[in-house]
Amino acid sequence: MKHTISVLVENKFGVLARISGLFSGRGFNIESLSVGETIDPQISIMTIITRGDDQIIEQITKQLNKLIDVIKVIDFMEVEHVEREMVLIKIAPSKNDRPEALRTAEIFRGRIVDSGHKTFTIEITGDEKKIEAFVELMKPYNIIEFVRTGKVAIAREGVKKISIKNDQ
Amino acid sequence: MKMSGAEILVECLKREGVKHIFGYPGGVVLNIFDILYDEKSLELILTRHEQGAVHAADGYARVSGKAGVAIVTSGPGATNTVTGIATAYMDSIPLVVVTGQVPTSLIGNDAFQEADIVGITRPCTKHNFLVKDINDLAKTVREAFHIATTGRPGPVLIDLPKDVSAGSCEFIWPEEVKIRSYNPKYEGNKWQMKQAADEIVKARKPVIMAGGGVIISDASKELKQLAELGKIPVTMTLMGLGGFPGTHKLSMGMLGMHGTYCANMAVQNADLIIGIGVRFDDRVTGRTKDFAKGARIVHIDIDPTSIKKTLEKVEVPVVGDVKNVLTGILKNLKESKEQWGAVRKAWLAQIEKWKSEKPLEYEHDAKIIKPQFVVEKIYEITKGEAVICTEVGQNQMWAAQFYKYDKPRTWLSSGGLGTMGYGFPAAIGAQIAKPGATVFDIAGDGSIQMNIQELATAVINKLPVKVAILNNRYLGMVRQWQELFFNERYSHTNLDVVPDFVMVAEAYGAAGLRAEKPEDVEPVIREALKIKNRPVFMDFVVDWKEKVYPMVPAGAAINEMIFGEKKDKKRKFDSSELKIA
Ligand SMILES: Cc1ncc(C[n+]2csc(CCOP(=O)(O)OP(=O)(O)O)c2C)c(N)n1
Ligand SMILES: [Mg+2]
Repeated sequence: MKHTISVLVENKFGVLARISGLFSGRGFNIESLSVGETIDPQISIMTIITRGDDQIIEQITKQLNKLIDVIKVIDFMEVEHVEREMVLIKIAPSKNDRPEALRTAEIFRGRIVDSGHKTFTIEITGDEKKIEAFVELMKPYNIIEFVRTGKVAIAREGVKKISIKNDQ
Repeated sequence: MKMSGAEILVECLKREGVKHIFGYPGGVVLNIFDILYDEKSLELILTRHEQGAVHAADGYARVSGKAGVAIVTSGPGATNTVTGIATAYMDSIPLVVVTGQVPTSLIGNDAFQEADIVGITRPCTKHNFLVKDINDLAKTVREAFHIATTGRPGPVLIDLPKDVSAGSCEFIWPEEVKIRSYNPKYEGNKWQMKQAADEIVKARKPVIMAGGGVIISDASKELKQLAELGKIPVTMTLMGLGGFPGTHKLSMGMLGMHGTYCANMAVQNADLIIGIGVRFDDRVTGRTKDFAKGARIVHIDIDPTSIKKTLEKVEVPVVGDVKNVLTGILKNLKESKEQWGAVRKAWLAQIEKWKSEKPLEYEHDAKIIKPQFVVEKIYEITKGEAVICTEVGQNQMWAAQFYKYDKPRTWLSSGGLGTMGYGFPAAIGAQIAKPGATVFDIAGDGSIQMNIQELATAVINKLPVKVAILNNRYLGMVRQWQELFFNERYSHTNLDVVPDFVMVAEAYGAAGLRAEKPEDVEPVIREALKIKNRPVFMDFVVDWKEKVYPMVPAGAAINEMIFGEKKDKKRKFDSSELKIA
């Protein structure tokens, strides 16, 4: 089962290594990981996409909590939430294909962030399904480069963020 | 007051109540060693290897219950501590290890004797720090001790660059330590404690499995009360030995790979397992899917990750400090009107039957010394009152089986990591922590050579540590596996050239004694006990063919034990019967 886990950590030297080392050392899987500062510059937030059965996910959240620099762990599986990811796609469509490619981008509310004689770079934001669908549609247009931020997630209004630090 | 980094470090150690440090100098810790030179209230014990320093600090911690401290230099000094740190980490032993580091301006440049020790030890420390700013030093030391000694204890490393220890700043002692992201949970959940008590009332065939957590949390008294009140037989993991009196009628001894027949059978037939301060590791559970199949499980541990790490189902988890949780459970149980004596009669009779059916045994020989006989004699002569350290291998298992530990903190063995070379330096640390105690290292001829240089440390400090070498001229435990599972192909386990341990001891200025016949064993031990001002090596030339039994092959269920051939020919092990997972 796929889980989105947010980890609030002290914004200290080496924290990312502690988290990634925990996953590699214990054989947990990471599909994506994104890191950034929060409003409080002393705290960073990591969003980790991982897979595992219940026992493994339980271990992952507990092991994360056990790290001294981890302040809070939220498994979004248990929380109503919104997930987003951003991708940048550079395509080089043939001259004839250009209008169609641009129209598709528009439908997906993509933004053209760079264009040149041969290429367009499109920025697109959305959940996993939307991004996958968009990438699929772009494939015929000669994708030259493709980068993604990894997912971030946030709880919906009114949902109590449950912290599982030190709980059983 | 303005102080140098080195002075701040030493001042902090003093305020943390440290009396002894184990260490080894080098370029980037010269400032610290210079301060220690005049320091009267702190004694630095110079070991002969940094691994020895960390194991000694570990032995000191296990015996005293306080954090052990080691200080070493950067690069090779720091990397030499890794085995010691990993050993302490696996066994939850509180240590503070200070490593020197190259100056901050050189970090990352592959400077002379630079090693990324924070990176190297990240997965084998509870936490580690690189102090980049001298203003953080006092706070860091305080936090290091706090983290090492609270919750589930463990080793903490502080990497201290040379410019930080040489620099100076205003010394401010942080009275309070508060780490917002670190709040170990000591109190058990009330409802879960009640449930645990209910499980005990409902159970007809309960077994207590006690581990190292009992010793760490100082809960022997509560454990004994629980066992006696509910009339529950107790088995201990290797780390739990001493947590419950080995001579108690309810004790079944150790369980697991080399556990007693009774303990393993009891666990496999139980309807309730009460795991107390244990982590259900593979040496204890055997094949997990067949572990205690018919039992419900109550698991008490301060570390939430221990729960459901190896076992798939745990009916009643209780996260908290063992002592508090047992107190809570006892409170609930005392309200019960259960007639424990009557309820447990059949189960305790069955336990007694298993005990007498296959006790731990070996065949004594009139001509050749059996290693178990040596351990038995040490037990007899010390009346079970010595502190016993061990190396790793057969020596360790016989020391676990044939010596009965009645008190906590008298059994020191590398359980989780199984580190050969642990016992001797640990015995040195133990002797320093408890100068009046009789401290033994029950050793193998292989293991003792891994830290034999510490003889110098013991001699110079006049430590009467007693090293009983069960000299079988083999890496015996590995040889045993080769005999049983690899068609007696003894690939590289014969130690061929074993040094003359008596001469080695004497060369260092220690005493050396040898026993070659069974009748020599007792006089040698008695002679060794008379030596009060220096270490002694006892070279017991033992039967190399002897094996540790019972044995549960790796991957088997713990009731699938094999036994010594003579005692039980029919049960001779046939590996084709095994479904190794
Ligand atoms: C540092 C280290 N290296 C290797 C091993 C693997 N090992 C486990 S027991 C053993 C043999 C130990 O030999 P010895 O000290 O003579 O003890 P014996 O089993 O003969 O009593 C070995 C090599 C280990 N546990 N630790
Ligand atoms: Mg040997």
